[in-house]
Amino acid sequence: MDPSKSRDSAESTRVIQFPNDVLERILSLIDSHRDRSAVSLVSKAWYNAERWTRRHVFIGNCYAVSPQIVARRFPNIRSVTLKGKPRFSDFNLVPPNWGAEVHAWLAVFADQYPLLEELRLKRMTVTDESLKFLARKFQKFRALSLLSCDGFSTNGLEAIATDCRHLTELDIQENGIDDISGNWLSCFPENFTSLEVLNFASLSSDVNFDALERLVSQCKSLKILKVNKNITLEQLQRLLVRAPQLTELGTGSFLQELTAHQYEELERAFIGCKNLHALSGSWEATTLYLPVLYPACTNLTFLNLSYAALPSEELAKLVAHCPHLQRLWVLDTIEDVGLQAVASNCPLLEELRVFPADPYDQDINRGVTESGFLAVSLGCRKLHYVLYFCRQMTNAAVARIVQNCPGFTHFRLCIMKPGQPDYVTNEPMDEGFGAVVKTCTNLRRLGVSGLLTDLTFEYIGRYAKNLETLSVAFAGGSDRGMQCILDGCPKLRKLEIRDSPFGNGALLSGLEKYESMRSLWMSACKVTLNGCKMLARQRPRLNVEVMKDEDMDDGQSYKVYVYRTVAGPRTDAPSFVHTL
Amino acid sequence: MEFGEMERGVGDAVSEKDLLNLEETELRLGLPGTDESRHKKSRNSKRPFAESSDVSGSSKGSCVAPHHDEDHESAPAPKAQIVGWPPIRSYRKSTLQPKKAEAEGSGIYLKVSVDGAPYLRKIDLKVYGGYPELLKALENMFKLTIGDYSEREGYKGSEYAPTYEDKDGDWMLVGDVPWEMFMLSCKRLRIMKESEARGLGYGV
Repeated sequence: MDPSKSRDSAESTRVIQFPNDVLERILSLIDSHRDRSAVSLVSKAWYNAERWTRRHVFIGNCYAVSPQIVARRFPNIRSVTLKGKPRFSDFNLVPPNWGAEVHAWLAVFADQYPLLEELRLKRMTVTDESLKFLARKFQKFRALSLLSCDGFSTNGLEAIATDCRHLTELDIQENGIDDISGNWLSCFPENFTSLEVLNFASLSSDVNFDALERLVSQCKSLKILKVNKNITLEQLQRLLVRAPQLTELGTGSFLQELTAHQYEELERAFIGCKNLHALSGSWEATTLYLPVLYPACTNLTFLNLSYAALPSEELAKLVAHCPHLQRLWVLDTIEDVGLQAVASNCPLLEELRVFPADPYDQDINRGVTESGFLAVSLGCRKLHYVLYFCRQMTNAAVARIVQNCPGFTHFRLCIMKPGQPDYVTNEPMDEGFGAVVKTCTNLRRLGVSGLLTDLTFEYIGRYAKNLETLSVAFAGGSDRGMQCILDGCPKLRKLEIRDSPFGNGALLSGLEKYESMRSLWMSACKVTLNGCKMLARQRPRLNVEVMKDEDMDDGQSYKVYVYRTVAGPRTDAPSFVHTL
Repeated sequence: MEFGEMERGVGDAVSEKDLLNLEETELRLGLPGTDESRHKKSRNSKRPFAESSDVSGSSKGSCVAPHHDEDHESAPAPKAQIVGWPPIRSYRKSTLQPKKAEAEGSGIYLKVSVDGAPYLRKIDLKVYGGYPELLKALENMFKLTIGDYSEREGYKGSEYAPTYEDKDGDWMLVGDVPWEMFMLSCKRLRIMKESEARGLGYGV
């Protein structure tokens, strides 16, 4: 054997032989699940040390793995994040009862992780029974976060409040929840003190205010409080004086007639909130008393006005007090003028999301345009995350925007009319998105819209080398478009496509790719059952699931969901989901 | 898993043109919403899905919509809507839309006229918590200033004064009675030029 080779191998063996407890000690400091995945690939010793020290597991697709496999590999989990349905289920593209039920997971966890403390679910189906089970079986349970889930009601929340003695976090956001009553809040025991996060902004039933007030007074570590619309300003004031330590506040509707005295008290309450860095609320356009907020805005880094239909003047006045703003979510009622005010006042802005107040309104004179976006790109050079719903856009504007802000990591542009061209030149938006991928070399997520030919996808395939997530709708001309993506984007993980003319050729061109991705979704495309069968046959480690597309009149369209898995075909698939 | 052999042949499917929805970009003179029948008939149509507000978020996932467009012809018809487009979470839609929908029963809808303006507007009194918010909304809507109310002098000092017709047919100054009473007795609103409002019995 070559002497230099043997020397190398001797050295490499020495490096790996840490004593196990040292290795485990070091690894227990690593949180990022991606780093941990990398660590686990180094050697068997490292794999083992990693699996014993992992406390938090992140499962991006609940069907990619089974709870048994997870429990077998990671014996010491305390915190689980689980994501279920494909993202397009948020937009009603996935029929109800599709799956992603959390209960099977909870059953295994009750056995294997009785000390489970945290559960964060996104797009999962959660029943009241599951919530009751959770509350009963996990004595150390502390944090529950439900985002975009469905299947449960406020009765389930009652069980959580009643039985989770050490609850620190209850975060209920934007779910398909059956809001029966606000009684759940009164279920917290009288001497309850551990809450740090309480978010019930999206629930509409009245809660008992005395119970809420008592809860807030007693929970001295409460940092995040987001109340619902029914809490009046007077009540808000009472809560704030009891919790001046809040770092994040959701105000409710901010609607009430106040006397001069009440106004002053409210103002004083906000002045007392010196640690506020995030603010949100469901404000009406006619909200009068926003000025009371101004003193509390100095340290704001996140302002979520996506449920507040503010006109441009109100927004302008507000952001004038937010010089440190980093993230802003708004409705397009603020119009371009409002965005100009943002550009002038918030030089540190990194993230902007503009949602449409009236998504079905075809009136082109409402909302925001390319000018608003352009203005922000000029004033906010650190901008790297944008979600922008608009009714008109030009290639020239997009090109200039990315020239101003080449650091985009997330560029999600939604021109709301499907297939709409550059409204000035009438050309496709190919060059605009081409400019995005050419200029923004750090781009990880892209959402395209407007009239797009295969050229857009050629550009993406050629330039978007860091792209991980791509959303496509009403775009492309032929199979070639999708092929360019699959051939060209080495880091692609999630691809979701709807209403685009990509067929079997395109689908099968990704044969080599899909196992390195989390998932592929295609609906209302030109893919046929045969094409899907072919894919399934050649790639047994993928689940290729098809559903008949009820929204298409021709009775021959399918929705296809392809994902890698080590758990085999789903055992809980409903009758309308067919695994090929 | 019996689909039979029904599948699209390569050539016969929807043409690219349809998929690009070029008809969407045609200039048309019709009002938004009048092209619904076209949407229903085109080969590549999605079933028009009226995103109903029958929700507390519970419409999530119920994409098999029961509504047929015919049902909506009487009320201002919702535009022919493509399922799940624009891509906004169901929860978000359901919280915003009820304000815009012409919901029967729950709102108190009133016509508002402004002297000198060519057409009237309609507002829902229920949306406002009190006089200050109502007046602010009117100021925003019509781009004018109304000024402050005082019991003695009404809306002195501004170009406009808000008045309303009450149940008895009399024209009153907005702000004189408690808000709840106003909500019950107001039939329509008229924003008068201050010079005309003097005749309502205050000032000189």
